[in-house]
Amino acid sequence: MTGSGFGIGRIRWNWFAALAVLLAALPLVSETNTPTLLAIWALFALSLALMWGYAGILSFGHAAYFGLGAYTYAIASFNIGESTVPFVLALIVPAIVAAIIGAMMFYGRISDVYLGVMTLVVTLILNRFMNATAGDAYRIGNARLGGFNGIPAFPTLNVPGEPSMEVYGTFYYYVVIVCLIAAYLIARWILASAFGRTLIGIRENELRMELLGYNVPAYKTAIFAVSGAMAGLGCLFANWAEIVTPSVFSLGQTAEVLIWVIVGGLGTLIGPMIAAVALGSLKLELGHQTTVDNSLILGAILILVVLLIPRGFAPTFVAWRRRFAQSQVHRRQARGTRRRHVALQEAKQ
Amino acid sequence: MDYAAIVVLEILYMIAFLALISAGLAIVFGMMRVINLAHGEFVMLGGYATIAAAKAGINIYFAMLVISPIVVGAIGLVVERLIVRFLYGRMIDIMLATWGLSLLLIGLVDLIFGNTAVSVPAPIPGYRIGHYQMGGYNLFVIAVAVLLMSGMWFALRYTRVGLVARGAMQGREVVSALGYNPNTIYMLTFTVGAALSGLAGGVMAPLTGLLPSIGGAYIAKAFITVITGGAAVIAGTLSAAALFGTVDQLVSFASTPVFGEIAMLALALVLLRLMPQGITGQFFRNST
Repeated sequence: MTGSGFGIGRIRWNWFAALAVLLAALPLVSETNTPTLLAIWALFALSLALMWGYAGILSFGHAAYFGLGAYTYAIASFNIGESTVPFVLALIVPAIVAAIIGAMMFYGRISDVYLGVMTLVVTLILNRFMNATAGDAYRIGNARLGGFNGIPAFPTLNVPGEPSMEVYGTFYYYVVIVCLIAAYLIARWILASAFGRTLIGIRENELRMELLGYNVPAYKTAIFAVSGAMAGLGCLFANWAEIVTPSVFSLGQTAEVLIWVIVGGLGTLIGPMIAAVALGSLKLELGHQTTVDNSLILGAILILVVLLIPRGFAPTFVAWRRRFAQSQVHRRQARGTRRRHVALQEAKQ
Repeated sequence: MDYAAIVVLEILYMIAFLALISAGLAIVFGMMRVINLAHGEFVMLGGYATIAAAKAGINIYFAMLVISPIVVGAIGLVVERLIVRFLYGRMIDIMLATWGLSLLLIGLVDLIFGNTAVSVPAPIPGYRIGHYQMGGYNLFVIAVAVLLMSGMWFALRYTRVGLVARGAMQGREVVSALGYNPNTIYMLTFTVGAALSGLAGGVMAPLTGLLPSIGGAYIAKAFITVITGGAAVIAGTLSAAALFGTVDQLVSFASTPVFGEIAMLALALVLLRLMPQGITGQFFRNST
């Protein structure tokens, strides 16, 4: 990986502010149910983009942490009632699980392909298990796991400390947007720190970093856990849907987030988020009709992107713009040379 | 006594099932180091080919043993020419592209056959052991798996094609220098792998019934079998299938099939961690 994916660059605060204002003003012109869902998907894409694009770790089972966040929230909120502690737990539990699984893989020096298969298997285990948990035998405290039907009607988010004030509608949209912006800034902060730069170094040349004395498995495990915690914001999805079912652990969920990230581009954060919103809208749009299946379109997009623009849209776009700017410079220089040449000729006469 | 016989038969059937659905993937992975995530969908297409042919009045054995492999082999050939051949050496990209292919095929089959289960009755009646009713068709599956595995072993070990294939596994440049075009070898390998997946799909179709999304049920099992098996195609697939099949069925008999599957997947995680080169990277090193 070279070129635009290499550096992190500064945050363009003017663009950032413009986008934030736009997101804040959105409820004035549109309903907020769909935008909330799209923002949650963008968050999910961000969590994988951070790990895959910058640390070079491709998980084929990122849905595991998304789903764990959702289930943790649902189970904890049934038992606790107030939503603040469950929300925090929904970040901590996926992070711990990710740290354990990550440590197991990275300290074992598992290669890329095996890592892909292992992460996939973890997701499948969770999916199979949750599907089989129907009946009274499977309950954690007050929460019945419910098997295939999932857990419905758990207490949704409330204002911290005030269980009677539930968060929904436009208010919930703002909560999600704040989470999204916070997660984005945290990701940027991680990447700008020494920790983030080391991760990028590992992505570029793992052996060299190892020889320089960095504890590569520890770094990889750490980013795996951070990404897991971020994906744990899947609890926001649980709150949006007001139900969690084993489908949060499905292969489809995993495939979708992978496609968002690769289409958006590796080595950028904003690209995958835009792709999540764009492809997510496309999916919702396709859901309204029955002729063409969503997976048909997604599959075709994934194949075409891997074959034609393997770096994804955002880096390709940046490279294209840079080339265009370069050609402008050349043209200006050529024009200058020509003018000088003409002036020289005239001076000679 | 009857119960013990049934447990043994079920274990044998599970091993045969795993070996059967993994054979195509094992050849492609073992020889080309290519991970085909659309493998489950190749199996699914084999099933649909058999059922469509059987519904059209063709003998079901002919459909599953001849038509399914040919149809899916042809699809594999097209896929290799259009997609996979551009990505050799980029392992992760191949995984991504074939995952895209898997979604595409699910969508296509959904479009053509509809999202409803179709099935065909098993052509062999059941039989009784003591008080227990057993599926007779399971014995046929075991026989097909045994024949397939020994056929593959014989072909790889004792034929000219097998020799070249094993040579290509070990040294692409050497085989190329000796006058065999590696591109052709890869193309044929992928086609044969797809054809074997089609065969597995055809043979399993009467037992499982079919849905466009059924590939997902095969893909994980086939994967852990092949990856845990390691580089040696036959010995690896057989040893991993034996291990997983036994664990799956024993746990299934002790609790429920779901926990059998979970135990199998969990065992795969542990094995992959302990032996990243697979069983044949650790034991049976000089096997085929």
